[in-house]
Amino acid sequence: MLQALADGLMTGAIVALGAIGLTLTMGILRFANFAHSEMMTWGAYMALGVLTLFSLPTAPFGPLTFGWPLVLATLVAIALTVALALAVDRLVFAQLRGRVGHLTLVFASFGVALLIRNVVHLIFGGRATYYTTELQIAIKVLPGLRVMPDQIVVFALALVLVVAVHLFLQRTRLGLAMRAVSENPALAQVNGIALATVVRWTWVIGGALAAIAGVLYGVTVQLRPELGFHLILPLFAAAILGGVGNVVGAVLGGFLIGLIESFSVLVIPPGYKMAVPFVVLLVVLYLRPTGLFSGTSGGK
Amino acid sequence: MTAPLLSVAGVTAGYQPDLPIITGIDMTVGAGEFVTIIGPNGAGKSTLIKAVAGLLHVSAGRVTMAGADITNIPPHRMADAGVAYVPQSDNIFASLTVEENLRVGAHVLPRDRARQGIAQAWEGFPDLVPYRHRKASVLSGGQRQMLAVARALLTGPRLVMLDEPSAGLAPKMVDAVFTRLSALARSGVTVLMVEQNAKAAMAISDRTYVLAEGRNRLDGPSAALAGDPAVAEIYLGRAGRKH
Repeated sequence: MLQALADGLMTGAIVALGAIGLTLTMGILRFANFAHSEMMTWGAYMALGVLTLFSLPTAPFGPLTFGWPLVLATLVAIALTVALALAVDRLVFAQLRGRVGHLTLVFASFGVALLIRNVVHLIFGGRATYYTTELQIAIKVLPGLRVMPDQIVVFALALVLVVAVHLFLQRTRLGLAMRAVSENPALAQVNGIALATVVRWTWVIGGALAAIAGVLYGVTVQLRPELGFHLILPLFAAAILGGVGNVVGAVLGGFLIGLIESFSVLVIPPGYKMAVPFVVLLVVLYLRPTGLFSGTSGGK
Repeated sequence: MTAPLLSVAGVTAGYQPDLPIITGIDMTVGAGEFVTIIGPNGAGKSTLIKAVAGLLHVSAGRVTMAGADITNIPPHRMADAGVAYVPQSDNIFASLTVEENLRVGAHVLPRDRARQGIAQAWEGFPDLVPYRHRKASVLSGGQRQMLAVARALLTGPRLVMLDEPSAGLAPKMVDAVFTRLSALARSGVTVLMVEQNAKAAMAISDRTYVLAEGRNRLDGPSAALAGDPAVAEIYLGRAGRKH
């Protein structure tokens, strides 16, 4: 029971990070970007690429499996993921925006997703891999509850990032502009907000969070080219559960999805675990199409 | 009259490039004037001020503000040109607090001037103060309109354009909003207003333009037009005949 709770929170934290970026881009760019989770794959593999290319040692911090090299590699991965996000926007989405229906953008994002996934597959191969071969011994936190030291760090980092994004949106001028555009782009423009700037920053934030979430997934689970593909459903479920454009909602949605997924294993065969977010998504869309937390902050 | 503050010359615009809603519109608004645009439904009144505000593409003609060409400049640069625009519906951010709405309005201002402007807004619109940290969605229709106006004034515009500020308001609130707008005009701000409520609009404005079917029909001092049977005729759809 307790173990399921811990595992659920763990998955939830990573889903939440991805879902924040997804909900922001959905709220501001007004289309469902199916390539979002592929940015997680890209980020995770870019970090691996940096580690391999420069054959950096693992140099772990204390009981953890990673050290400065991975931190450094993650920073490079963030930069490369943001670059990818901006490039895709310029080459694909910006060409279509305002000219075609939003379904066309959604399909374009499918194409982008396929492209990213297969480029990763081409460069790194299809086998599951890890950042390190270091073994880690789980610590017994409570009777019946074992966690890896890595998991604690990952969870804490995810929380810090979530709080940071929330403060950014609430306290800064750019954050306010993003919330304004998310609610009403035309009115935001009338108020002197340049849409292009807000769109660019949305990709920067979404890309950076996706890269970090990808690396954290790689640290706690493993790296596979299908990493993003398998996360896309939980991400959408979390974002929709929270109400599109609502960052706090996406975070709560992420944790809820993580918990439901991990508790579901107690009652249904683990093979069906992947279907759980889909079922949750269907139930939410049926009962409350605007999301469970809609109307609390941002979004429509 | 000296050179007009806003000048619209031969403007053609619409939602689709090949389907103009307004054709060859001419209009001037002098500094400090209160001008209204009236006309039957579908006359193109809203289209005209949206085109001036940069929200619709002007396919022919020129819009100048204090002599500077502002035709088709992006809407987010209108504030710099001294133009503020209050749309008809959805003119506030319901998901933001009242104060955040004002902060969005002050987006283009440097930090200290923004703070100063917001402080002035609270003074000018004391009714909004109790709702400062509440979501704007809790405001009544009249309060929303006041917030929209307060927001538009933050940048210290020379010209404020309003699209049907009385739409959807209770009669008492319409009076309150109009009183507010005439006070604004008396304080020296130039006001250009589109109104469905022709009588009330002419009663508070200096000059009126009457549009029909996307073209100029009549214009003149509001007091003179208010008693002109030709205006009523345009509204009744006998627009084909020349006055």
